[in-house]
Amino acid sequence: MTDYNFAYLDEQTKRMIRRAILKGLAIPGYQVPFASREMPMPYGWGTGGVQVSAAVLTPEDRFKVIDQGADDTTNAVSIRRFFEKTAGVAVTEATAEASVIQTRHRIPELPLREDQILVYQVPIPEPLRFLEPSEVETRKMHSLEEYGLMHVKLYEDISQHGTIATAYAYPVKVEGRYVMDPSPIPKFDNPKLEMAGVQLFGAGREQRIYAVPPYTQVVSLDFDDYPFAPTKADHACDLCGATDSYLDELIMDDAGGRMFMCSDTDYCGTRRVAGHVGAQAAALAEDAA
Amino acid sequence: MTPLLQVENIAKMYGARIGCANVSFDLYPGEVMGIVGESGSGKSTLLNCLAGHLQPDAGAVCFDTRTEGLRNTVTMSEPERRMLSRTDWAFVHQHARDGLRMNVSAGGNVGERLMAVNARHYGDIRAKAIDWLGRVEISADRIDDRPTVFSGGMQQRLQIARNLVTGPRLVFMDEPTGGLDVSVQARLLDLLRGLVREMGLSAIIVTHDLAVVRLLADRLMVMKDGHVIESGLTDQVLDDPQHAYTQLLVSSVLQV
Repeated sequence: MTDYNFAYLDEQTKRMIRRAILKGLAIPGYQVPFASREMPMPYGWGTGGVQVSAAVLTPEDRFKVIDQGADDTTNAVSIRRFFEKTAGVAVTEATAEASVIQTRHRIPELPLREDQILVYQVPIPEPLRFLEPSEVETRKMHSLEEYGLMHVKLYEDISQHGTIATAYAYPVKVEGRYVMDPSPIPKFDNPKLEMAGVQLFGAGREQRIYAVPPYTQVVSLDFDDYPFAPTKADHACDLCGATDSYLDELIMDDAGGRMFMCSDTDYCGTRRVAGHVGAQAAALAEDAA
Repeated sequence: MTPLLQVENIAKMYGARIGCANVSFDLYPGEVMGIVGESGSGKSTLLNCLAGHLQPDAGAVCFDTRTEGLRNTVTMSEPERRMLSRTDWAFVHQHARDGLRMNVSAGGNVGERLMAVNARHYGDIRAKAIDWLGRVEISADRIDDRPTVFSGGMQQRLQIARNLVTGPRLVFMDEPTGGLDVSVQARLLDLLRGLVREMGLSAIIVTHDLAVVRLLADRLMVMKDGHVIESGLTDQVLDDPQHAYTQLLVSSVLQV
């Protein structure tokens, strides 16, 4: 542990990032510019999230990383190892035990507590980006609260698909003021954005940090006659039988066989240990044996 | 009767060069004002100053707001001015591409201004969009097409629909018929004249085409080198031009 400063970044950098985080918490949903550093991983792999995690981690923390809900995918494993190595913090796969959770594309199914921090990896922090290419103009739109354009996107969705087809990175309005991109989480997770935990969003390439403090009002944008509806596969988890969790679809063979399973691996595993059994769990156990 | 727009000594310099200087006029509700002049005479500069796109160096542009009466739009705060420009004002660009979102469907283009003033009912927005497409002679089955697949004339009509949907009281038009062939121009002018009369709009039309102002404008201002050199009733100015430049301008029109 003599090779690195605690959690890789030097103290001045962490201080700069913490300032951005505090400002973000003070102005919920506002994108705070920060001097993003080069990290030893490519842009798009979570450089923003890693910097935010590095700035909030303390030696007593217990760290968890999920990627699409899973603890065992490449991105999650490598970031978890990175902090094991550079910060020496304890790690866990259990949502309930973690004090800092870095995530990509999901919010854990288990409701977070006040003493937990959720760090999101954000590719494009600007919700208006694909509608208005000019950064100068989008900043002006944010500062003047001109968000009509966001509804143009939803209008286009309905006129083309008959329903709001935006399924992830669904725009939200935070505390009645800033429109925010909640990072590419499925819109199923949008209602969970109003939580007890602290939510921090880091975009490394775009050099922006924003935040949602605990118990902050987060409203998904919609039309009066096309209200927001969180969606998931109309199925129960085939492993643990859960009907309330977000599901991944897995193709099993060439004959159209498929199964649905919780995308949150910890949630699914915990339920199976507790004795819940899904429709295909027995068949899979036999295969393995 | 209070004027809708009161312009006092507007001036805009580009460094040492004059964009426009000492322009004053009153525009009354329901009146259409034409501004003509050759290229570089400062007409577009003037229009952009009036519409709040450019900050004039001197002078005042007072607009009769619905709630507070005459307000100087040059000194009002930017949110207020932007609010005006998406409710009571409309701006029709010469090139429809500048005024439209080319990657958004026709219906979305018309609906944008409604959504910008907090319309949040999809059915209502769509019904209004269809209504307005009909008024500018675009058939309702093109509502989900993007403007990129529209002809130049249709794009221009779409831009007009998009601007008028919120029921503005003042329309700024910068060469609305530029780049269109004559038969399409004629239809567009017909349409504009109908809409202006029907909605009781006030309009300021910048153009170098004297036929356009003859058809649409009640009053005319002739500009040269940034200054207004002659103004009056359209027919009066065109039929009995006083200033040498106006005489040249009128006599330069080709007769077929």
